[in-house]
Order: sequence, then C-alpha cells, then structure tokens
Amino acid sequence: MAQSPDLNIDRVAELARLALTPEEKARFSAQLGSVLHHIEELAKVDVTGVEPTAHAFPISNVWANDVARPGLSVERALINAPAQRDHMIVVPKVVE
Amino acid sequence: MNYEAVIGLEVHVQIKTHSKVFTRVAAGYGHPPNTLTDPVVLALPGTLPVMNKAALDAIIKAGLLLGCDIAPVCKWDRKQYFYPDSPKNYQISQYDQPMCLNGSVEIELPGAARNIMGEHKKIPLTRIHLEEDVGKLNHHATDSLVDYNRAGTPLMEIVSEPAMHTAEEAFAYLTSIRNTMIYGGISDCDMEKGQLRCDANISIRPVGETKLGTKVELKNLNSISFVRDGIAHEIKRQLAVVAAGGKLIQETRDYDGQTGTSQSLRSKEMAHDYRYFPDPDLMPVHVDEPWKQKLRAECPELPFDKQRRLLADYQIPYTITSVLIPDRELSDYFEATAKLAGPGRAQAAGNWIANDLLRELGAAKLPLSASKVSPQNLAALVQLIDAGTLLNAAAKEVFIEMFATGDTPAVIVARRGLAAAPTDAGELEQWCRDSIAANAKALAEFKAGKESAINAFKGPVMKAAKGKANPKLVDETLRRLLAATN
Repeated sequence: MAQSPDLNIDRVAELARLALTPEEKARFSAQLGSVLHHIEELAKVDVTGVEPTAHAFPISNVWANDVARPGLSVERALINAPAQRDHMIVVPKVVE
Repeated sequence: MNYEAVIGLEVHVQIKTHSKVFTRVAAGYGHPPNTLTDPVVLALPGTLPVMNKAALDAIIKAGLLLGCDIAPVCKWDRKQYFYPDSPKNYQISQYDQPMCLNGSVEIELPGAARNIMGEHKKIPLTRIHLEEDVGKLNHHATDSLVDYNRAGTPLMEIVSEPAMHTAEEAFAYLTSIRNTMIYGGISDCDMEKGQLRCDANISIRPVGETKLGTKVELKNLNSISFVRDGIAHEIKRQLAVVAAGGKLIQETRDYDGQTGTSQSLRSKEMAHDYRYFPDPDLMPVHVDEPWKQKLRAECPELPFDKQRRLLADYQIPYTITSVLIPDRELSDYFEATAKLAGPGRAQAAGNWIANDLLRELGAAKLPLSASKVSPQNLAALVQLIDAGTLLNAAAKEVFIEMFATGDTPAVIVARRGLAAAPTDAGELEQWCRDSIAANAKALAEFKAGKESAINAFKGPVMKAAKGKANPKLVDETLRRLLAATN
C-alpha cells in the first residue's frame, strides 16, 4: 500500500511520545497509510442530507444522580505506581 | 501613536458537587493525597464514565444567570495530550458543541469615590463548556509528585470575547463572575483552593485598528488582585516593547504575583495539536424547555439587580450596599433585619451590619451563619435606639453582649441597667436650665440661628444624668427652654 502524502510519521510519533526506529517508521507509515486510504474511500460516500452524529444509537441524557460513594484507599490507588512518595506518584520532573 | 489593550479572559470555575463529573467518588479540597480516586479517575482499563446530573444542572444554571443561549444538544470530546496530570492521556471536554453560547457579564468599574457607584457595562461571552479538572502536580528538585484528588472535579470554562481594555475591567469581570457563581450556589469560587482560576489573553493595537494584535497568554493569575496587577504589568510590557521598536511574539507568560514580574514559558513543543474527537463512551445531552424552566426557577436575583433594588427600596447609601452585596447571606440578613426594624430604620440596620456585626464576626473568625445575633434581635436593638430608650454608647455594649450570648437586647438592657433613665422631668429641666445658663456663647449663637449650637448644651446635661438621659427628651426640653429664653 502506498504511503499517504498527508501522513507525517515523525509528528505522529512525537504526539504519541513514541521513539521509533527507521524500520518502524517505514512499517507504521505503510500501515497508517492504508488506514488513511480507507478513510479516503469512506469520504467518497455521498452523505448529503445525513445529519452528523457522534454516536450510532439515538440515546441521550444518560447520567447518575450526584451521590458520592467511597473510592479506593490510597494504598489500592497507588498499587501499580512504579514509584511513590508521600502517597503520591513520582514522575519525571515536568517543568524546568 | 496611541495604543489600546485588548483583553479576553478564560475563567475556570469548579462546580460544587458531592461527586466527580464522570464518576461517583467524592470530590473535595484539602483531603490527603490520592484519597479521592476510583478506577475511573485513575483511568484503569475497562472503566466507563457516567455523567453527573448535578454538574449539568449547574452549568445550565450558570448559563441562564449570564444570559447565555443553552444548546439544545451538546456532546463530549476527548482532548488528547500527554501530561502526568491526566491519567487517561486525554481530558473529557466540549469542543465544537459547548453547553452555553453567547451571554454576557455585567461589570461595575470603580466610581469617582468609594461612596459613588461606578460605570456599569456588559462584557460579552463567547461560550461556557463543561470539562473535567485534572490532577495536581507538586514540583520538586529532581521529580514531580502527582495527586489525583482534583482529577475529575467538574470544571466550567467561561470564555469572554476579547472585549476588555483595562486591568480594572478584567478585575471587575472576575469579581462579577465570582459573585454570580456564589449567588447561584454553583461554586464557592475560592481562588486559594483553585475553585476559580483565570488565564488572560492580552494584546495591544493602535487605537482605531480593528484587527487584533499579537496575543500573549498570561497564566497563573491565582488571586483576583494578581489578575489586575498581572494584566496591568503585561500591557505596560507590551507597550514598552513596541515603543522601543521591538516586535511582540505570540507566547505564554507566567506571572509571579510575589515579584510582580512575568517570564516567558519555554515551549519545546510545536503548536498544540489536541486531536479532539467525540468521546464514544458518553452520550449527548439534550436540554429541553421544561428542564431549563425548572432551573430558571431556581436562579436567584443577580447581585447587581439586588443592589439596585436595595438602593431603591431601602434608601440606603451605596457604600453599605457595596459591603452587603458580594455576600448573598449578608444581604439577605440585611433585608430581613430592615423589614423587621420598620420604615426609616434600614440605614441604621445597614450600619450595624456593615460596621459592628462584620467587625465582631471578623474578630471571632466566624461566618455569618454562626452569628448569635438574629435579624429579630438586631431589629429590636435599632428600634430601642430609635425610641430613645438606648443611647448609642450603651447600644454598642448591648450589641457586644448580644453577639456573645444571643440574648435579646431587651433582656440585656434590663440585666445591665443600660436603659436611658426615665428621668424625672423636673430634674431634667433643671439640668437643662443650668446648662443653658452656663454657656452664654452657645446661647447667643443659637439665637443667631446657628442650629447646631444646641449640641453644646447637651454634653453637660448628659454628664449630669450620668449618660442615662433620653436624648430625644433632652433635645425637646432644651428646645422648649431655648424658645422661652431671651
């Protein structure tokens, strides 16, 4: 499948925080290119008169009343954290 | 060349709900780190968001209070970005179908003096949408710590048109939004708790130019006075850059309220690309007329409308209304007291509230709701003074005791023997005669038409009466005697 000219694999990788090797870039460019190609096919369908929708089912107003219930203990909440300190998750420094 | 500043504000208001916006774990401030989480907040695999009806009610109410058009249908979108404050790597927000469109915020600019009402104007709004708040990062020397308690708290973003031109207008705008949200019970808007946050977009352009100049986004305006100071500082900075022949660049700057300076935030990223798309896990919301009607019926009178009404109905000075109005409970308390006190006594009631009650509450660090002085008791105190039963100095003592004990003024007056003495008429008349005889100068002045000279006679009479004479009676007696004196 040909690569889509609209696809900037470096930009996509950066937005996804992925460090790709040149081989991966080539492989994923081809794969994503075929996805984009499929979208182009869909874009050819005449949808005149069809109302845009975000969902397939005509369901709306699904909600719950504002009644709080207990959540996770801090121990449970942090059980999968790679590192923690003072009951908080340790992450790399994100500001200078 | 003359320049004008153009300012638009993005104001974030946390909605006061019991549970979070898309899950039912409790929302709140000041809890130990990571104790307000559940699988949805932490974005654990397989979890699904469920909307909070109260958050929807609140944003619709906010829109109604600010005169917005409420969208008949709106949806939810995912705003994608990688940052540790958002465990899902996206924030649920509203992109192209916000809940509220248009509307405006009435503001009041500073008057010529503290006791004069300033100019009012309306700042148009672009939109209000609902989203989820994100977690809080605590930055340390070598790492950052994440607390997800705040993540998922319902958050409204109120976006103004770029329609303000001075830091004062921005300050007035934020103040008005805060008062309105507090009146509506939508948020407590405590900036220290992050319940109200503000970013400002600021640019300058030559006067007469209609195109917007290069905009600078100012962040971290985390108190209302920092908003004013930060914007004033940024306008000055931009004018200085242009005056020096420089060129403004589009950037985000961080304002430091402590030092009164701002600095550019280094941005390693390209322009943001949030790749919004509809959230498939959340269904759209349809708002029909009955729903809006129900919420409209719950909307309180707006702060400025209430102020205009208090001025007109109770004939109280503007200064008192400007103390009462920002606090809905306090202004309700005033109205209850003024009604009970009766016609002509509203200003006295207002003075007691604005001066004495607020002073005592402040000293005791108590909210109004904890005050032992009921509107009934305060109204009774005002009536006792008006009737001459209680002198001002004694009334102050009575009030302090009312505040401490919650007793009625009548009970305190009786217990402490503070009533103006039902003076023996003959004795009072003699004191008045003595006072007039002892002050020939004041007598001459009074006879010459200087009305206020009568006050000079009152001191000695009060002294003779040990402060307990009925001031009305003293005044009447003096006038009668003066009229008969040559």
